Order: sequence, then structure tokens, then C-alpha cells
Amino acid sequence: MIKKNTPQERRIILKHADDPNYSNKISCYKKNGGYKMLKKALKMKPEEIGDEVMKSGVRGRGGAGFPAGMKWKFLDRKSGKPIYLICNADESEPGTFKDRQIMHKDPHQLIEGMMITAYAIQAKQAFIYIRAEFFEGARILEQAITEAKEKKFCGDNILGSTYSCDLVVHRGAGAYICGEETGLIESLEGKRPNPRIKPPYFPAVLGLYQCPTIVNNVETLCNVKHILEIGGEEFSKIGKPNNTGTRIWCVSGQVQKPGYYEFECGALTLGEMIYDVCGGLLPGRTLKAVIPGGSSSKILRADERFSGKLKDGTEFDWGIEDIPLDFDGPASVGSMSGSGGIIIMDDTVDMVEAMANINAFYAHESCGQCTPCREGSLWMRKITKRMCEGDAREEDADLLLSVANQIEGRTICAFGEAAAWPTQSFIAKFRNEFEEKAKNGSKKASLKLI
Amino acid sequence: MEITQDTLTKIDEVILRYPEKRSAALMVIHLIQDEIGSISDESCTWIAEKLELQPINIKELITFYPMLRETPWADKHIRVCRTLPCALRGSYATCKVLEEKLGVKEGHVREDGEFSIEFMECLADCGEGPVVMVGEETYENIEGKKAVTFADLLATGKLDNARDFTSYENSLVREPPSRKTKG
Repeated sequence: MIKKNTPQERRIILKHADDPNYSNKISCYKKNGGYKMLKKALKMKPEEIGDEVMKSGVRGRGGAGFPAGMKWKFLDRKSGKPIYLICNADESEPGTFKDRQIMHKDPHQLIEGMMITAYAIQAKQAFIYIRAEFFEGARILEQAITEAKEKKFCGDNILGSTYSCDLVVHRGAGAYICGEETGLIESLEGKRPNPRIKPPYFPAVLGLYQCPTIVNNVETLCNVKHILEIGGEEFSKIGKPNNTGTRIWCVSGQVQKPGYYEFECGALTLGEMIYDVCGGLLPGRTLKAVIPGGSSSKILRADERFSGKLKDGTEFDWGIEDIPLDFDGPASVGSMSGSGGIIIMDDTVDMVEAMANINAFYAHESCGQCTPCREGSLWMRKITKRMCEGDAREEDADLLLSVANQIEGRTICAFGEAAAWPTQSFIAKFRNEFEEKAKNGSKKASLKLI
Repeated sequence: MEITQDTLTKIDEVILRYPEKRSAALMVIHLIQDEIGSISDESCTWIAEKLELQPINIKELITFYPMLRETPWADKHIRVCRTLPCALRGSYATCKVLEEKLGVKEGHVREDGEFSIEFMECLADCGEGPVVMVGEETYENIEGKKAVTFADLLATGKLDNARDFTSYENSLVREPPSRKTKG
């Protein structure tokens, strides 16, 4: 039975995702009003579209939450070099699985959003950089692009206009670092994806082939279509100020109903998400911790109290369940909403094992360009793994913290922070478990995580 | 290096998509690896010539990207997601079941070349973990008893016809249901 006060989803991006009568073919998309916004866009001036996106306040859905309209404004239009658009479909932050749904089930929505964006920034060519594990996803997109080209929705002289833009699907090859936009660009140039240093390599100025480039996430690009449909001003009223539109939250881990849920930003709290939307924890379990925005975001302990002042000056005093699900909520308690990947952990989890699992991920994925990250991530993996194998030492918590602190802020890209934040926050919040390991080293965890 | 005319045509077509030839490197590598399973030194040299590069420019990609191979996986390659969300739902136990039933350790190819298993980092389907890929298809919630049945079917070559297991890819709606005609 649904409780009266259960927050209701508002599906804009995933409107058709679970409709058994909706296919990923162009006929179905068009029947549901598809490509009308592209027609509208082509009748507008490119900068008018940019203005609408600016007005909408839409923030990037890939992780950093940077306002998309602002990103477009940074574009160097004076250089005379060609402009490129890249859709970041690398979806690799552990805990995130929203772009998968869009690309597999509604690929034309992404293509329409991309072509509107391409026109708005006057891109010469557009790319979709998709992770290689999405074999079928890449095929679906290729097929969808072929269909769209036949109907003149992309390619030469789009809908009979003078604007042309080709759209190409580019497959990665299993590297997390390609989700970092400058690493992605290197990869798309056919090189090892070692991220570039900013400044000077801001993609909007020096991106693909040293040309001005916009890199946006799948969900962000889909939003562009809806901004045009609803209007920037109206779109900005969805959600909350500075947290506009809907967000697709991906809930995973130990809850009854994990999955993807699209809500207006700030429409519900973390507690409502866990207990009302996801049906609560598994039988007999209690909540231990939540990672709110993909594995690189800082972990929150179930019994913490969070207090402080929000940006608008209002004071808050929250338990974990009171944290609003938007961009600013998780940020104001010292973590972040990141890519929207909420990972739930209950009382069966050994936090040192969980830490070892995360550290193994970052050690595997460090590109190796910067010494602190390459060496540090490997040592953090080694130490936490050793701790789980009955060889924990008293000084390990401090040692781990010292390694993490020496990575943060000392690397070319944000991967350094992504690798350091989990360790820093696990030690800050669960230090006792790390110290316990040294005392009862041989005690095996019931749930194996490493 | 021997590849089919079909692949050669695809390679030529894919190179034309990019403003610079070098950008096609990953896509060309994928096309060749899909056909022959791995990228040998000979293939590196061939690709480099095709893209007007040095062989090291290709080799450095093969040795960097986790999904590019110098030696092939087995005909049936099983990818098990290892990362936290799947691990929280029991993916380590699932991997162990698969290792036992298929008779090959994670990271290895079975001696007869039929099966290989690989622990993968996040397959981006965390809400349905543990996630297991067989070739290019994704199977969800492969845990506990279900993992045992799954591994048995896989080991005996009966997975493709098993009703209880539909892959994510096969569950997608391909065509809209036919319209009801009037009268």
C-alpha cells in the first residue's frame, strides 16, 4: 500500500523508459512528439537557445554540477577554429546507471538534445563517447543516427536548413578516466586518456584537436530538449532555485527496491528515498552508511548530525534522513550529489572491506600520469586489502589518511580527489572499525567485499 | 594478419568519420579485436600503417585500456562486476560459483578455451546487481541460488534458451506492438 505522503516521481527524461509500448525506433519517438523541438530550434538564433539554457539554470548531470549555460558561454567563438560537441556517455562512476536507460530505451531523445545543442553552439561535428561495455547501446545509437540521418534530423542540411552537423558514435575501451572530460578528449584523439591540465586546457577554449569543445553528460543534453519545450524561465521553476529541473537518482546496495528514480530536485529527502521510494532496508537490517553521489563522494554515517548554514542563510540541523536530494543538500553536509549514484550500506557491512573494495577500483583506474595518484591509490589498495586479510596494524588508519592527504590537490585532474575522498571520509567516520581490525585481525567479515 | 573483407570495409568507413585519422584508432582496434580476439604486434603495425602512425601509438593503447587484449579471452567470456554496489549484493560469491562451475579462475582462460572469467570494474547497472555479462549480454541480479542455476545453465550451454534468464539487451523493446486496425 502506498502511503499518502510518498513523494511522487516526476519523469521528464525517463518519461517513456519503462513503457512496454515504447520502442527505441524513430517512428515511435516521432509519434510521441519527437524532433519537434529541433524544428523549433532551427528557426531560432543559436544564441537564443543558449539564453534559454542559461535562464533554465540547468546544472551538469555528470558529477560536477556546473551550470551548462555558463559552460557554453565560455566557448571561444572568436578563434575561427571549428567547434565540437561531445556527449559524455562514459557512465563509469560506481553507483550510476541512468545514462544506460536513456541510451538503450530512448536514444532519439539524446540525439535531438545533441542536435539542438550542436546548433546552439554552432558545432561542426558531434560525438557520443560511449563506454565499451555498452555493446548494444552503441549499436542502438548507431542505428538511431542512421534513422535520424534518413529523416534529415542530423548530417547535411538538417531539415533543409543551411546547418550541417555529423554525429558519430565513438566507443571507449573500459577506462574510468575517460569520464574526465580532458581524458575523454585525449582518448577521442586516439591517445592514452591522460587528462590535461587546466589552465590552459579548458575544453571550451582548447578541447578536441585544440579547438573549442563542449563536453556535456547524456542527461544534461536531454534536458536541453525539454528546456526548449518548457521554456528556460518555466524550467527554472521546476525543482528549487540553484537546483533546477529533475534528477535521476540511481539507488543501489542494500535496499528492498534499488533502481532509477526521477524526481524534481529537492522534492524528497534521503530518508524518503530509502524508506518510502525504495521500500526500506532488507529484513532485519539497520542503516549504517550512505554514499550519496557515486563512490568518489564522501560517505555519510547513519547516526551523524549535520548542522550549518545553507547558501541562502537558513540554518539546518539534519540527521542523515533529512538531507534534501538536490545538488546543494549533499554538498552542505560535506559530500556531494555527484552523478546521482546513492549507495546504501546496512549493518552487515564491514567498513574496512567496503573501503578496500573502493580502493581497488581507484587503484585499477588511475591513469598513472601523476605520481601521488598512481602510487597513492596502489598503496591504499594494498593497505586496506592487507587489513582485510588478517594483517592489520595499529597505525594503518593514520597511514591511510596520510596517503590520501598527499594525493588530494596534487594531481592534474579531479581523479586525485575522487580517490582520496573515500579514504578520508571512511577514516573520519569509521576510524574505530579500522582500529578494531588491528585488535581482532583474524575475524572474517560475513559479506566478502574484497 | 588476416581479416575479412567486411571488416576491412568497415575499417575504411570508420576512419572517414573523423577529422583526423588517429582518432579512429580505438574503433579500428575494436573492429579487429571483435574478429580475431586480440591485437598482436603484427596487428599493431598494420593499424599504425593504416592510420599513418607508429606501432607504439597503437601498442600504448592496447596496454592501457582494460578491454583491449594482447591475448584473446575464451569463446564464452564472462564478465562479473566486482565494484561496491554489486559486491554489496554478493558479487564475490557469484564469481566464486562461476569459477567452480565453469572450472576456471577469474582472470584466466579455461584450458580447452571454452570459458574465461574476468572481474570487471563497474558495469553501470548497479541497481540490478550482481551483474554478469556473457559475451555482449548483461544478466541482472545473479545472486545466491540464482547464481548456481545460472552457472549450471552456462556450463552446459543451455543459457540461451533458458526462460528464467533474459538479458537486459533482450528485454529492450525493439518494435512498437502492432497497431490495432479499425473495423
